[in-house]
Amino acid sequence: MSRPYNDPDQMLKMSEHPEGLSPDEMRVVGKRVPRLDAMKLALGKPAYTDDFMPPSVLHGKILHSPHAHALIKRIDTSKARALPGVHAVLTWQDIKPVRFTTAGQSHPLPSPLDTLILDSKVRFVGDRVAAVAADTPEIAEQALALIKVEYEVLPVIVEIEDALKLDAPVIHDEQDCSGFEGVFLPQKNIAAHFVAEAGSMASGYAEADCIFEGEYRVPQVQHVALEPHVCITWLDEDNRLVIRSSTQVPFHVRRILAPVLGLPDKRIRVIKPRIGGGFGGKQEILLEDICATLTLVTGKAVRMEYTRAEEFSAARSRHPQILRFKTGVRRDGTISAMTLSLLATTGAYGSHALTVQGNTGSKALALYRCPNLRFEMDVVYTNRPPAGAMRGYGVPQGLFALEVHMDEIATELGLDPIEFRRRNWVQIGDVFALAEALGEGRKGFPNPLRSTGLAECVERGAQMIGWERRRDPEWRNVPSKPYLRRGLGMAVLIHGSGIPGIDMGGAYLKMNDDGSFNLMFGATDLGTGADTVLAQIASEVLGCAVEDIIVYAADTDLTPFDKGAYASSTTFVSGGAVKKAAEKVAAMIKNVAGRMLETPPDKLQLEDGCVFTPDREGVTLREVALESLHLVDQHQIQAAESHMSLMYAPPFAAQFAEVEVDTQTGEVRVKRLVFGIDCGQPINPDGVEGQIDGGMSMSLGYGLSEEMLFTADGHLLNGNLRDYHVFRADEMPRIERFIVQGRDPSGPFGAKAAAEIPTDGVAPALVNAIYDAIGVRLRLIPATPERVWRAIQKESR
Amino acid sequence: MEICLSINREERLLEIQPGETLFEVLRHLGYLGVKHGCEDGSCGVCAVLLDGQVIHSCISLAVQAEGHAITTIEGIGTYDHPHPLQTAFVAAGAVQCGYCTPAMILAAKALLDKNPHPGEAEVREALSSVLCRCTGYLKPVEAVLRVAQGGD
Repeated sequence: MSRPYNDPDQMLKMSEHPEGLSPDEMRVVGKRVPRLDAMKLALGKPAYTDDFMPPSVLHGKILHSPHAHALIKRIDTSKARALPGVHAVLTWQDIKPVRFTTAGQSHPLPSPLDTLILDSKVRFVGDRVAAVAADTPEIAEQALALIKVEYEVLPVIVEIEDALKLDAPVIHDEQDCSGFEGVFLPQKNIAAHFVAEAGSMASGYAEADCIFEGEYRVPQVQHVALEPHVCITWLDEDNRLVIRSSTQVPFHVRRILAPVLGLPDKRIRVIKPRIGGGFGGKQEILLEDICATLTLVTGKAVRMEYTRAEEFSAARSRHPQILRFKTGVRRDGTISAMTLSLLATTGAYGSHALTVQGNTGSKALALYRCPNLRFEMDVVYTNRPPAGAMRGYGVPQGLFALEVHMDEIATELGLDPIEFRRRNWVQIGDVFALAEALGEGRKGFPNPLRSTGLAECVERGAQMIGWERRRDPEWRNVPSKPYLRRGLGMAVLIHGSGIPGIDMGGAYLKMNDDGSFNLMFGATDLGTGADTVLAQIASEVLGCAVEDIIVYAADTDLTPFDKGAYASSTTFVSGGAVKKAAEKVAAMIKNVAGRMLETPPDKLQLEDGCVFTPDREGVTLREVALESLHLVDQHQIQAAESHMSLMYAPPFAAQFAEVEVDTQTGEVRVKRLVFGIDCGQPINPDGVEGQIDGGMSMSLGYGLSEEMLFTADGHLLNGNLRDYHVFRADEMPRIERFIVQGRDPSGPFGAKAAAEIPTDGVAPALVNAIYDAIGVRLRLIPATPERVWRAIQKESR
Repeated sequence: MEICLSINREERLLEIQPGETLFEVLRHLGYLGVKHGCEDGSCGVCAVLLDGQVIHSCISLAVQAEGHAITTIEGIGTYDHPHPLQTAFVAAGAVQCGYCTPAMILAAKALLDKNPHPGEAEVREALSSVLCRCTGYLKPVEAVLRVAQGGD
């Protein structure tokens, strides 16, 4: 059967989930089911990559560059090689140069191929110079110290704007790097250039009664997953390379590494055990390539794990950006034209350069209805540690700028910030005008918005935070503390549910003798609870207990393909595959049970681990399993399915913040955060709340404290958890959150995504609240006391 | 060198290197609930209890544990008999990626053993020794308060 993948109407029919059960009728979906693996982890049982060690294993370590930009003139490894206990020392001279990207994405790779396992040029402080495998980590460290390197130091670019200067050094001057035609311009230090337009900008701005412009800046920040990057590689008894890694993208790792390592895909197996947090940082091949190379060279198992210092200097981070908005507004407060011009840096390598920044445009320009839109972006190379995928994927940047900009416009127009937004936010039936142009490195699939609970999120959130207090001058002052001012701010948010037309997930389900099921998929639970959510979906369809679903994920040898955990896609995309597989299995169960109960299969119901006739006569799933496996017409009840979607199903949210600003010191204290989300039908409300809580605390750090700081020669100043401030339990504000009941026809059981949208809103809401408190508008974050104090001084002059 | 200590109420005589950290020794012995997150005691996921007090095993030398009682997450509960904090963390949805969970539970245990009915501020202070990037600390705090309010 041909798949009408270019026809969204047809695809909608194929991927639409029928109305089905109402929330009250569902047994498992929408319930607070405890995580399947929670007790294991609470007991401290082995689960993570580093918890299983082959009997003998070498320890790999990397020598990192002390220079931000330099040529390696000579490397002398003779002393290191001679050290007892050292099994391999690798430099660029030992490795066949095959350029790849560390960004784990679908084929064809949208990020430039600009990276080597080891190179003769280093491009940031922390870049790889050499690698060692030794009997112990201590010997490996000693060996690194014995490697003598002679560098020719080159001029350095640290600031974003400097990359485009005519006399700027070219960071990727090698002949063999490559990228998309017209997008990748390495001679200009441009990793990704892109322009898209819809409607008519000239007539859009001509229609406007006022035009507002603003420039906003957001910093480079770190994921700080508590489990560092860690990987163990070995050759198995069939001489196949096994990579066990804390990765969000096992299938992409296999496909991307095969040509780099010079092995066919079929000789590589990637296993993802439990992941200790990823947040996008593990959508990246950071250790697997070099660890595997050390295994191939030595023939031995090799383990590599980053230190926290390496996490800061040599992992990935959120792209820093400079965003300029130009917005035309009519007298009635509606938007007639909007341009977003974006300048960002990807650091020394172009990991996710095109797609993160593309996603900034594709979400920041999709929140308000406007037919005339322009998006232009340049993502430049600098000699900073590379940026990459990080939870939110360009949207926290875009929505910070947009939502501060919208607040400024509302103030200028004399409108309440909520009222101005309400006049413009998207409605059911709206088609995002740039959807076709912004398809994540290829053509997108425009289709209309089918669900939104944004108005309800805003209304309830405003009530909970006490939005009307903004009009009470008395409330602004704190009794007996005249230097403190209170303020309220908000932001409205949009995100995606998977990448339409690109993301695909597969699932396999089989029935066991006792009526339990093995559920296998390639999706990777990185701490989100995805394994439990997918088991709930199967359990709802099969009428069995969630505990009767045994989840295994992910292993490129054993589980079906899945693009991996990113783009808020697991529930929406992989969940669609699980639901389809479960429906197939349910039909097979009914066929067997129908014969046993002498009832037509379509009259049967799966419920409570049994199959029932309309007269409540029943057989247990165990009886069905034994019948099918051992007694009559023996066969394995099983199904494999996959799912992709072209559908546009954005989740929406409203973020509110209450702050107290110390006008003497510039210190901002966030007192309360309120968050309301429309994620369609929540599959597991505990999981959704968990996503909200963690996302908000990450966005709180983004707005208030987190920023990677560099010297003029590219050295990171605060690469540790003492100087880089992540919020702790006793520093958190009071948090309230709620889920509005919704349903989108394109998600399994009506679900949309919930994973990333909570990282989008605290930063703009708190900056808007600072303005409300003291009338000072910050256009850059984090809002450190020094920055706020300086802004206050500037305003009062 | 040799040291004598108790780990999870079991007396152990261990041969260690003078520079070995308690973290390294515990992981080598198979106490894998002890996690690596940084190397300077700032993230707290390597926490264990020494005579009931939270210590960061990555910045403690094994020799410092000589003559003391070490408790790891493996020592406070099993599948059949989980510690009330372990049950509460599961029930409250406080386990996300789970990497910091053992340390959080041990930090909470150290608090509750001294002060069985702490208020929210005391719970937050106790948990502030452990960084968590998944939960925003909300559900972990709820879990500890459930145990604190649920009796002894």
